[in-house]
Amino acid sequence: MSAISLFFVDVLQLGVVICLSPALVGWVRMLKCWSQGRTSAGLMQPYRDLSKLFAKNIMMAENTSWIFRSMPYIVFGVVVLIGGIVPILTIDLPMSPVADVIVIVALFAIARFFTALAGMDIGTAFGGMGSSREMMIAALAEPAMLMSIFTISLSAKSTSLSQIVHVIYSGQTVLKPSIIFALLAFIMITLAETGRIPVDNPSTHLELTMIHEAMILEYSGRHLALIEWASMMKLFIYSTIGIALFFPWGIAPVNSIPNLAAAFLFMVCKLAVISAGIVLIETGLAKMRLFRLTEYLGAAFLLATLGMLSYFILD
Amino acid sequence: MNIASEIIGFLAALVLLTAFGMLAQKRIYSLISLFAWQGLFLSLNTALVGYVSERHHLYLSSLLTLSLKVFLLPYILHVLIRRLKIAKEVESIVNIPATMLIGIALVIFSYHLTAPVRELSTLMTRSTLAVALATVMLGLLMMITRKHAVSQIIGFLAMENGLFFAATSATYGMPLVVELGVALDILIAAFIFGMFFFQISKTFDSLNVEHMARLKEED
Amino acid sequence: MASVVILFSAVLVPVFLHRSQGVMIAVTFLIASVASLLGLIAGGMAVTARSTDKIVLALGLPDLPFHLRLDVLSGYFMVVIGLLSLYVSIYSLGYVKGYLGKRSVTSLVIFYCMFLAGMFMVVLADDALIFLISWEIMAISSYFLVIFENEVAENRKSAFLYLVIAHIGAIAILLSFGALAGLTSGTGDFQGYTFDAMRNAQHPLKWATVAFLLALFGFGAKAGIVPLHVWLPEAHPVAPSNVSALMSGVMLKTAIYGLIRVCFDLIKVFPWWWGGIILMIGLVSTIMGILYALMQNDLKRLLAYSSVKNIGIILIGIGLSMVFHSLDLPLLAALALAAGLYHTINHAMFKGLLFMGAGSVLHATGERNMEDMGGLIHQMPWTAAFFLVGCVSISALPPFNGFVSEWLTFQVFLLSPSIQSPLIKLLMPIGAAVLALAGALAAAAFVKVFGVVFLGHWRGTRKTAIHEANLPMKAGMGLAAISCLALGVMPSLFLGWIDAIPNRYVGAGIMSAAQSRDWLWLSPISSERASYSGAIVFIVILVVVVATYIILHVKPGMIYRGPIWDCGFEKINQRMQYNSTSFAMPIRTVFGYLFKIRENTRLARQTANPAFPVLLHYRLKIRDRIWEWMYQPIVQLSFWVSRQTGRLQRGRINTYLIYSFLSIIILLVFM
Repeated sequence: MSAISLFFVDVLQLGVVICLSPALVGWVRMLKCWSQGRTSAGLMQPYRDLSKLFAKNIMMAENTSWIFRSMPYIVFGVVVLIGGIVPILTIDLPMSPVADVIVIVALFAIARFFTALAGMDIGTAFGGMGSSREMMIAALAEPAMLMSIFTISLSAKSTSLSQIVHVIYSGQTVLKPSIIFALLAFIMITLAETGRIPVDNPSTHLELTMIHEAMILEYSGRHLALIEWASMMKLFIYSTIGIALFFPWGIAPVNSIPNLAAAFLFMVCKLAVISAGIVLIETGLAKMRLFRLTEYLGAAFLLATLGMLSYFILD
Repeated sequence: MNIASEIIGFLAALVLLTAFGMLAQKRIYSLISLFAWQGLFLSLNTALVGYVSERHHLYLSSLLTLSLKVFLLPYILHVLIRRLKIAKEVESIVNIPATMLIGIALVIFSYHLTAPVRELSTLMTRSTLAVALATVMLGLLMMITRKHAVSQIIGFLAMENGLFFAATSATYGMPLVVELGVALDILIAAFIFGMFFFQISKTFDSLNVEHMARLKEED
Repeated sequence: MASVVILFSAVLVPVFLHRSQGVMIAVTFLIASVASLLGLIAGGMAVTARSTDKIVLALGLPDLPFHLRLDVLSGYFMVVIGLLSLYVSIYSLGYVKGYLGKRSVTSLVIFYCMFLAGMFMVVLADDALIFLISWEIMAISSYFLVIFENEVAENRKSAFLYLVIAHIGAIAILLSFGALAGLTSGTGDFQGYTFDAMRNAQHPLKWATVAFLLALFGFGAKAGIVPLHVWLPEAHPVAPSNVSALMSGVMLKTAIYGLIRVCFDLIKVFPWWWGGIILMIGLVSTIMGILYALMQNDLKRLLAYSSVKNIGIILIGIGLSMVFHSLDLPLLAALALAAGLYHTINHAMFKGLLFMGAGSVLHATGERNMEDMGGLIHQMPWTAAFFLVGCVSISALPPFNGFVSEWLTFQVFLLSPSIQSPLIKLLMPIGAAVLALAGALAAAAFVKVFGVVFLGHWRGTRKTAIHEANLPMKAGMGLAAISCLALGVMPSLFLGWIDAIPNRYVGAGIMSAAQSRDWLWLSPISSERASYSGAIVFIVILVVVVATYIILHVKPGMIYRGPIWDCGFEKINQRMQYNSTSFAMPIRTVFGYLFKIRENTRLARQTANPAFPVLLHYRLKIRDRIWEWMYQPIVQLSFWVSRQTGRLQRGRINTYLIYSFLSIIILLVFM
């Protein structure tokens, strides 16, 4: 395939990520409402929310600086970049050598860094509170995430996501305990990083219980739209990273129209199942208080380390 | 054969996971149920090894483990706790993250120790010896760092689990007579513990071992 | 060798001009910049040409002339030193002007030039004698620089501590060289003191170990590893900021240079556990350094502790390289060494930038305590922007340079399954986890720094007029910021350039072994294994940001400014913001058991209902446990020994005469 069509495939994947992530969040909210016996607002509601926000004017706090104004763009740009790198529809992406999985974690860290700075920029207690809590959670979650990714990359002998998928395709399916542990740890960390219960409640309106929302409390209009969209895309991308690392069957190994179409269908089904899992966890658990998160993230780190150790001991 | 050895490895990992889980628990009932799960994984493992190596006496010991460790002992402990109105939280001397780190270090240590055995053994279960040794050490760690008497028993029982697991992985199980003898010993130990707890609790009104440390004479 | 001449002249110039301070400052720092530039060029040429130059100076003691040598390793470190001192000298042109009128800067200027000269000579030294002489010059001149503001008693104490530890380190280095020299040529002949002789000799293992441990102690004391780090957070804050930038950026690197020189060049063969010790020390320093940094409220102390952390990362790279080298895995050893060296120059760049920014803040506000600052981004936009570049680089975020060296270190950790020994194999993932934790904590620390110092509102009470930094300061900082970005987006070019160093010392170069792609991609092992392109990351993010901005501004809405959301409280003031203590509080709660923390809150004024207090006293005391466990006992012991020895002094003449008499008898008997 020529370079143009490769580029086109990448743009197509980016389009899927950007356009479908609000649908994913809408689906999660629908499932949550069904499981709680409420009537949902519909699959399209996030789209309606975003278009409403884009049309509104912006109100900024008096003393905020250019960091506040530029953070939504930077975060959106970083997340779009990651969307073009993760193998969602196909392995053969031109952008995949740009970043391996460690770089992806660091790119999410850039988004978090600037969000925390914007929280401090506001100059109130709420913003600082959100920033400091978020950085604490990040500090505990990153080692666990990296350990669980390392476990997979040890068996695949590579840290590039496309290569990992390729190796899983060409090897046999094995029920290795290291992978199970790494999967459990990955699930726990994803809940922490995307700000879901039991770590953070994404739909809370009480400021003292917010972590992610507290940092973006002052945003409005198109800035808020970009930030919301970026966090929807973050959920989408984390789910697809999980799919690529643990259940990649269905991703197109070569670029051809039938392969890509099949890959798209597989992706939709897998994401629907993952959303059901997320809703089950969110409805079944309660949000933990902040300092119990040490135990939660410590357990995730322990699982990841056990996975790593089992790789050496049992395989 | 390959699938069987993978499942054995998987069960071994689950045993290790439950051992760590017991280290991390603060509630008595969860501790007991984790112990029951560990017994279940152990008996499944023994049955599978028995099937693969065609030593049918392992089926018997698997059944024995199942009835003793999964049903009988947890039941006895539940009764004890209810009868003696024991406190339901476990306090520990070292805080939980530090205990976990020590646990991980012990796993690495036991892996290093069993490396020569792994080279020499020809059995299918040779890689699980490290896990067995680790379970013994983690049981000992639990006995050391907990202040609650019931958790110390469970640590002791977990050690025994580990030893049993080590026997299965190193030599495909001990002779049946030895197994029966060990099982009987465990049962009697559980009864004796029960009686002691009853007496201690009646005399001192508490099962916290720190309180018992005050029994020594001051000089 | 012209660079050497320039360096000597750099020392002498300021002596002549001390009358007119302004001119003196301008002229001297210009000459210092030129000298640094020459050093930089000389070093750069040495690395590019992969050459080795030697000269023997006729100075020095009779029979022990000075040897100087410029090979690829020295050249690389000269590049590091030269680059940062060029930027700092330009910066100092503006910074030192702030002292005019308040005190005489003659001593600052003289010792600055001596300090630079000393550092360059350390890197060029080829025998033990001139190495130690230049080491001493470096230490003494930096002592005088640290004590520049000597009317505050605290500063004198800190500088004294620095001097003591530096000299204990120097003694250890002397003993180490002595051991090596003695091995080479026996005790009868002094010719073993040249590095050439040491290089060519075979070293028996026991004595080589002794020499290694002494060298580790000595160089480690200067580099600031835990537990020998206690002088760093005392000395760096009290020095003038351009000096702190140099000390933290390059003086610590001379210690790294010494360690690499001793281990890889002089003692070429070593067992794996030497590397293991260095790796352990590196890991401990990394994590403890950043935890200490998070607890600090003083801006420069925080930056000093973060230097401890980064030295730890460099030592991790070097330790891994030594482990792999002793296990005979040249490719991995080369990668690890390259990662360590890359982090050396990265740290010089971003730490220099951060200290220069801190100096600019100090210059403008007169404060060092972060709790009293805030909102400076509005008055000091340039400083804030450059400081942000430094913060992003040190938090290891792409596409800046800090990320590249951390990424390389992670790749080395991931290659460890090639090792046979199972124990090392299992410890590697733990090391990788510690590095990841330290990286995330560093990001937290620098969000705290930038957020508390530059963002929000002014938290203090007095408000002096705050002005932006002047042009030379901005130029120095800007150049360092551009280097950070350049080193971040062009890593393969840089790695290809320094490839000679790993090639020489561990026998393999990484760029030659890897399938070389063009300059955009960094794939150290192979592109299937892992690859990263800093340039493309930077460009794509930029393109998306600009595109989004343009799309959204086709029909821009209005932007209103309004008061901040206060949840209906109405009496919100700037004291209610998060400051640095509160920002670090969650992390302090999680990791606090590593320190001795005492926190208490007490009602200051009794009110009718204790649930609605009016005034509270809050006290937080954080102590370093290492200080209490290691240093206090040593200090007590030395006091006790001196007291006992003091008993020899009776004050009576007869006693002293008896001492002399006894000594004469003993000498007569035993001679």
